[in-house]
Amino acid sequence: MPTILDPLLLNIENLRKSYGTPDGSIQAVVDVPSFSLEAEQQTALCGTSGAGKTTFLNLIAGISQPDEGRIELDGFLISEANEAERDRQRSQTIGYIFQTFNLLQGYTCIENVLLGMSFGPGADRRWAHELLERVGLGQRLDYFPRQLSTGQQQRVAVARALANRPKLVLADEPTGNLDPASATESLGLIRETCRENEAALLLVSHDREVLGQFDNVRDLADINLAAVCPSAKEAQS
Amino acid sequence: MLSTVITAFSIALASGLLISVWVVKDQARENFTGVDSGFDGVFGARGSKLQLVLNSIFHLEASPGNLSWEQYGLIADDPRVATAVPIAVGDNYRGYRLVGVTTNLFEIEYREGKKYAVRDGYLFNPKKKQAVLGSYVAERLSRKVGDTFHPYHGLIFDENKQHPETYVVSGIMEPSNTPADRVIWIPIAGLQNMTGHNPEMATDVSAVLVKLRGSSSGMMMNQEFNLQGDVMTFAWPIADTMSKLFNKIAPVEMVLRAVAFLVALVAAGSILASIYNSMNERRREIAILRALGARRSTIFAVVVLEASGIAALGAVAGFGVYFVIMSIAAWFIRQETGIVLNPLEFQPVMAWAPLAMLGLGALAGLVPAAKAYRTDVAENLTPIS
Repeated sequence: MPTILDPLLLNIENLRKSYGTPDGSIQAVVDVPSFSLEAEQQTALCGTSGAGKTTFLNLIAGISQPDEGRIELDGFLISEANEAERDRQRSQTIGYIFQTFNLLQGYTCIENVLLGMSFGPGADRRWAHELLERVGLGQRLDYFPRQLSTGQQQRVAVARALANRPKLVLADEPTGNLDPASATESLGLIRETCRENEAALLLVSHDREVLGQFDNVRDLADINLAAVCPSAKEAQS
Repeated sequence: MLSTVITAFSIALASGLLISVWVVKDQARENFTGVDSGFDGVFGARGSKLQLVLNSIFHLEASPGNLSWEQYGLIADDPRVATAVPIAVGDNYRGYRLVGVTTNLFEIEYREGKKYAVRDGYLFNPKKKQAVLGSYVAERLSRKVGDTFHPYHGLIFDENKQHPETYVVSGIMEPSNTPADRVIWIPIAGLQNMTGHNPEMATDVSAVLVKLRGSSSGMMMNQEFNLQGDVMTFAWPIADTMSKLFNKIAPVEMVLRAVAFLVALVAAGSILASIYNSMNERRREIAILRALGARRSTIFAVVVLEASGIAALGAVAGFGVYFVIMSIAAWFIRQETGIVLNPLEFQPVMAWAPLAMLGLGALAGLVPAAKAYRTDVAENLTPIS
């Protein structure tokens, strides 16, 4: 397993990822010369649709393999690892919150959280229970996702992302499917629980309300040379 | 869910069918070739040995012809013959055939240490119109000792052919699990002299069952009566005659086995199709699991396990199917022949057929598992519209 020592939690250098287009040409989606994140740091990235934000997060999570460059997470060189190693690293170090929550519909709340643990350190029912209590779903452990409101489903997704006590939580437009009031509440919950669990948070969104809640907001356009995005400063103002 | 149930049911059907075909085949062969009722051979009119055995031992088929009382006497007096039991057939009561016999039948051990015994009542008096019912007949017709009945002419029940004689049930036999259970035993003279029977043939017998002295007697008598003589047929040994029957129907057994295997293959195919088709709907689910850290190999194993699980479910349910098929088959065979099949008797097929279904299920799971293995995570994490 490729491991090196580094004080930063996440360190990215010269990261590139391209896809073939239907007309046969190659289009660069991610071109990040440099990006880093410290442990427990909470950063928001501003990016519009098609700006490569999901691809960027997938590369960090080890779901996709970069064409070039270096991604180092918690001393582990994800970019050099094979798929099985990346899977293991993801299950142990990363929590992922998706815009569409991606809960498994055939499983209850607690089963979804337990499933999040089962590929990492192993299922811990008490911890799963505590997490669901923390996000306010202690009374709905055995509810199926379809029996919950959108906001409640979002909270299950948050609990699942924290199930493996990750060092980094990636959130891809986590409030995109919520109404403004729920979005504010949900974002607060994500940030608080990450802080409580000493996990860094890297959130991408195009929602100015969301971005406005972060002290540290970066333009994806500033980081990703292949992306175009509205100004972060504008979003913060 | 529904497709899983249907797939498991098709596996159950295949497994149950496979076990049933094997068990019926093996037990039927074992029972039919094993039944000799305690006799070494059967004498009858010139004709088919198989028909003779079926008629006199299994009480099936019509008699191939008669032997005279003198011929019976010659057989009985032959020094190579230890016991000779003459039987006469030709009448029935509600489809169950009446067999006229001498009482020395009840002195024969039809199985080692087992003689035909009367459970209720007593053995018929050879000079009276009395009958001993086989246990199955008594059970089916709900008859008890002291009941009376009128026999009917012929081997097939026809209510217009009632004989005027009235027979009294003197006894009911202990179950023997042999064809004797579905027979009504009466004195041989009673059957020979039944009203309407040809008086000229009143002393004829349908067959003579013999127990021989020494094993060489059979070969000698076979030579004498079958190869050199042309008056009587000597069916010996009885098991050989039945084996020949089973050898003749071996191609039918093969076809049945082939059908059972085909059903098993179709069932395995249905596992493959059902899981493979569901893979499209489950791409996102697989992508989510992968995003949570599941390896490709884990996903592959889960799909193979799922296929094996469905097959295992079907294999277990297959025993239910087997019991249903076997109960019907056993009931039918007992009713028609008196042979009792035991569905609970262990046969190797009961172990290998479910295991084979499990293996086939796992094999069938390989194709959808390969599809699941190749699922692209990034592409499938978004909802499928």
